[in-house]
Amino acid sequence: MIRRTVSFLDERTGGAPLFRKALRYLFPDNWSFLLGEVALYAFVVLVATGVYLTLFFDPSTAPTVYHGSYEPLRGSEMTRAYQSVVDISFKVKAGLLIRQTHHWAADVFIAAIVLHLMRIFFTGAFRKPRDLTYYIGLTMLLFAILEGYLGYSLADDLLSGMGLAIGYAVLMSVPFVGANLALLVWGAPFPGDPAFWSRMYIAHVFILPVLIGALVGVHLLLVAARHHTQFRSARASERVVVGVPTFPGQTPRSLGLFSAVAAVLFLMGGLIQINPIWLWGPFHVAQATNGAQPDWYLGWLIGALRLMPSFDVTVGNYTLVPNPFWGGALFPLIVFAFLFSWPWLERRFTGDHAFHNLLDRPRDSPWRTAIGMAVLTWVFIVFVAGSADRVYVFVGLSYNAQLWAYRILAWVIPLLVLLAAKRICEELRAGDRVEADRKAAEAAG
Amino acid sequence: MRRTLAIVILAALVFGAGGAQAQQSANGKGARLYAVNCSMCHGDRGQGIQPARPTSGGRIGLGPSLQGVGALAADFYLRTGYMPLLDPYKQPRRSRPSFTDAQIDALVAYVASFGTGPAIPQPQPENGNVAAGLRLFTQHCAGCHQVVGQGGFLTGGVAPSLKDATPVQIAEAVRAGPYLMPRFSETALPDAELDSIIAYVEQAKRPDDRGGWGIGHIGPIPEGMITWFLAAVVLVGTCVVIGRRGS
Amino acid sequence: MSRLKDWAFSAFVLFLGRKPKRPVVERERLVAAGALEPRAELAVLALFGAAALCAVAFVVVYALDRLPAQTQLLGLTLGLSFGFLAAALILIAKRLVVTEELEEPYPVPAHPEEREEVVQMVEESGSRFTRKRLVTLAGAAAGTALTVALVTPAVSLGPVIDTDSFYRTPWRRGRRLVDEAGNPLTAAEIEQDVFYTAFPEGADRELIGSPLVVVRLDPGELELPSDREGWAPEGVLAYSKICTHAACAIALYRKPLFPPAHEPRPALICPCHYSTFDPASGGTVIYGPAGRPLPQLPLVVENGELRAGGNFSGPVGPSWWGVRMGKAKP
Repeated sequence: MIRRTVSFLDERTGGAPLFRKALRYLFPDNWSFLLGEVALYAFVVLVATGVYLTLFFDPSTAPTVYHGSYEPLRGSEMTRAYQSVVDISFKVKAGLLIRQTHHWAADVFIAAIVLHLMRIFFTGAFRKPRDLTYYIGLTMLLFAILEGYLGYSLADDLLSGMGLAIGYAVLMSVPFVGANLALLVWGAPFPGDPAFWSRMYIAHVFILPVLIGALVGVHLLLVAARHHTQFRSARASERVVVGVPTFPGQTPRSLGLFSAVAAVLFLMGGLIQINPIWLWGPFHVAQATNGAQPDWYLGWLIGALRLMPSFDVTVGNYTLVPNPFWGGALFPLIVFAFLFSWPWLERRFTGDHAFHNLLDRPRDSPWRTAIGMAVLTWVFIVFVAGSADRVYVFVGLSYNAQLWAYRILAWVIPLLVLLAAKRICEELRAGDRVEADRKAAEAAG
Repeated sequence: MRRTLAIVILAALVFGAGGAQAQQSANGKGARLYAVNCSMCHGDRGQGIQPARPTSGGRIGLGPSLQGVGALAADFYLRTGYMPLLDPYKQPRRSRPSFTDAQIDALVAYVASFGTGPAIPQPQPENGNVAAGLRLFTQHCAGCHQVVGQGGFLTGGVAPSLKDATPVQIAEAVRAGPYLMPRFSETALPDAELDSIIAYVEQAKRPDDRGGWGIGHIGPIPEGMITWFLAAVVLVGTCVVIGRRGS
Repeated sequence: MSRLKDWAFSAFVLFLGRKPKRPVVERERLVAAGALEPRAELAVLALFGAAALCAVAFVVVYALDRLPAQTQLLGLTLGLSFGFLAAALILIAKRLVVTEELEEPYPVPAHPEEREEVVQMVEESGSRFTRKRLVTLAGAAAGTALTVALVTPAVSLGPVIDTDSFYRTPWRRGRRLVDEAGNPLTAAEIEQDVFYTAFPEGADRELIGSPLVVVRLDPGELELPSDREGWAPEGVLAYSKICTHAACAIALYRKPLFPPAHEPRPALICPCHYSTFDPASGGTVIYGPAGRPLPQLPLVVENGELRAGGNFSGPVGPSWWGVRMGKAKP
């Protein structure tokens, strides 16, 4: 049976040598090398559940009145888009399971990308010859965030409407061209032309997933072309890769990980409620709720928007920089600019243009680790600032005091983290050297 | 005048300590409780202690007048534990009432006797319409109290969660406008609409959690926590299990 | 009866996976051999069985109508099925297939010869051109022009250049204010201590220029800019309900019952980033990130009804480069 299948394929594709090579492709061993796979499998779940949802979702802003089974919405005016999401949650059997799994998968997808990115950054895996792979990964992160935002927005519930309003204001705030960009995207002042819904929809279900999928393909091809990185060991070196072959070693591991990702996502999709849009109600321009928040991967932006003091930069009557630009656009631009330029910056300052197949441990490159930790802390503090209002409601810590604390801490703590991380790395390296000397002495003795 | 009143109160206190049967009239009991617990900020006849001019320095003003607030406001503030308030410059927060039901009844009756004011409302949420209630709640209340009544922040204060608010308390709060809350009269919000709002709030205390565990009904913050502290931890753990290769 | 026996036998074979051994030509192993692990194998069988069972349970739960908590049961069965599958596969990986740590050289970092050949082929292919640079330039020009041409239709997505629409609102002098239900608002029904949402009569309510928040303050408290005299008849004030920071609705009205001090004073607040506006002084920002005051709509009272006395004091909604360069217009 196996023989017949292989013969069939080989005779038609001439692929046997390739199959043989693929089966013996080596995967170096470390748990952290699997984080990217988690992201990939979450993406697979996203696509599968997403396709199912498109079979029921109606991306239309046409007004309608709800007469379904959920009593608190009966008689409410809403758009077809919102109504169809309520129907997916109430009428379509298993619809709510798939919808919630889809949403959890989005949250986990981006979390896994961020974890993977942290691993790549702190081990120096982005260095030549894998910098291109790294840039593609970052681009996918950008697309994934945008994709998540669009999905959150399409449901047209109260929270998505408020999120769209904020996105609109941020785009409007871009100096010189903001209003024009907003018109280009929305077609008209907020809430925009009805065609805006078609634009979001095609972007969410086709353009961005296809782009992400294509980039995933290139990302994996590049990984395979240059092989995986590895940590130094007795056998592993810059020239020799040591690892488990695709088959039989890696295949059940990867399939097992895929199943585990699917298991977690479906269990959460069934047992933990996410974005219960029927509780939020439909969006109308004149309405808003307290405590509205974006999904976690945009939480850093709401934090930054709230931390900004009140001012627009104006020159005469010309508004040079409207306020939302700082927190909503400039802040993420700086963070992504840092991430994109880091490989170049590091080459520039270390003069290291060599090929690297061996990874650094975080301690091996104290400056990289320290700067990375500092930037991460900076973003994290701003992220936490985004929940200051809820902290006030639950704990009673004054909102204003928190805001001022974050405004100061966002600059002070990263600096402290920078110094502490660098110091710790150096201490650890010194310890390693002592240990190595001791071993060498013992061996000599 | 004030002195005589103080003497009267003192007499009542002494009297109260002397013999219980002398406290037959609820009004007397109410007056006594009022004198001890409330008069310091609200004045001995509920006339309030008005804001002084900011230029006079120091603390300015303590408590509003209670004349004409009626049984409604007194009932609300006492049963929610908002009053008595230790620091009159802080927002009252819900706590266990400081008085027994009987004491509250007496105090309410006493405060109501300061002037003609609204009685304790008797809402009928069973006559309300939950769907209309959600729409009205979103329009008038969700900005502060969050659309599922989980409470929220506003500059200068907190809009409390409505989890523990009884229908009568909701009706009282809407009509009285405690602390920073707007006050909705019957023209602004007729009783029928109020009944619908209360019906919705009652429903929102046990919302339709068909999706599973409700994680607080405040949206993305707990969702993000689940993503990181549950899903990410479990999946990283799985990676560690898979990645650590057996011998 | 013999049918049944056949079935039982087939099931038995299926279960144990036995089959007559085919004579195998002895060859050198490619995959390293390992010790047999019958107990792990049994566990894997059990886990696969559990996964299959849960998957079947999913179908059953799906087929059953009116189950309480059906979503939870569906998620549980499907999730557990994947969970058992994951456990079986991980067990296979750890115990039943050999985990060989092999070595292999990394791909060579560079291919200097092929590289040179590529360059040479490209260069030689162009040997018949005499004005190489010019041709390249012309080609690039054609490509760029064509790209621009292909992108041009994207301009139809929006007016792009004409930003006039941002200044427009449905309000004009004489337009009545109506409530949610469409009934005209009268000045008399606007009470202190409450806030009202109003819309322009007969206009689209979902435009950001439409919704108003209406409050009444004591006329003595008002500190409106001097050019807004008469904008608040009887102390009734109307502001755009859309925050000038990020376009959320101003859904909070802070109305102190008894301010023990000057703060907190009555204020309109946006719940997104807590921009706080002072209705008494013409919508100025007293807290939060908003960079512009809330646009005020002048009001007039005619036969007791509230009507717009003109358009807003400035454009509505979030700021853009031109927000201070023009006035709100109908």
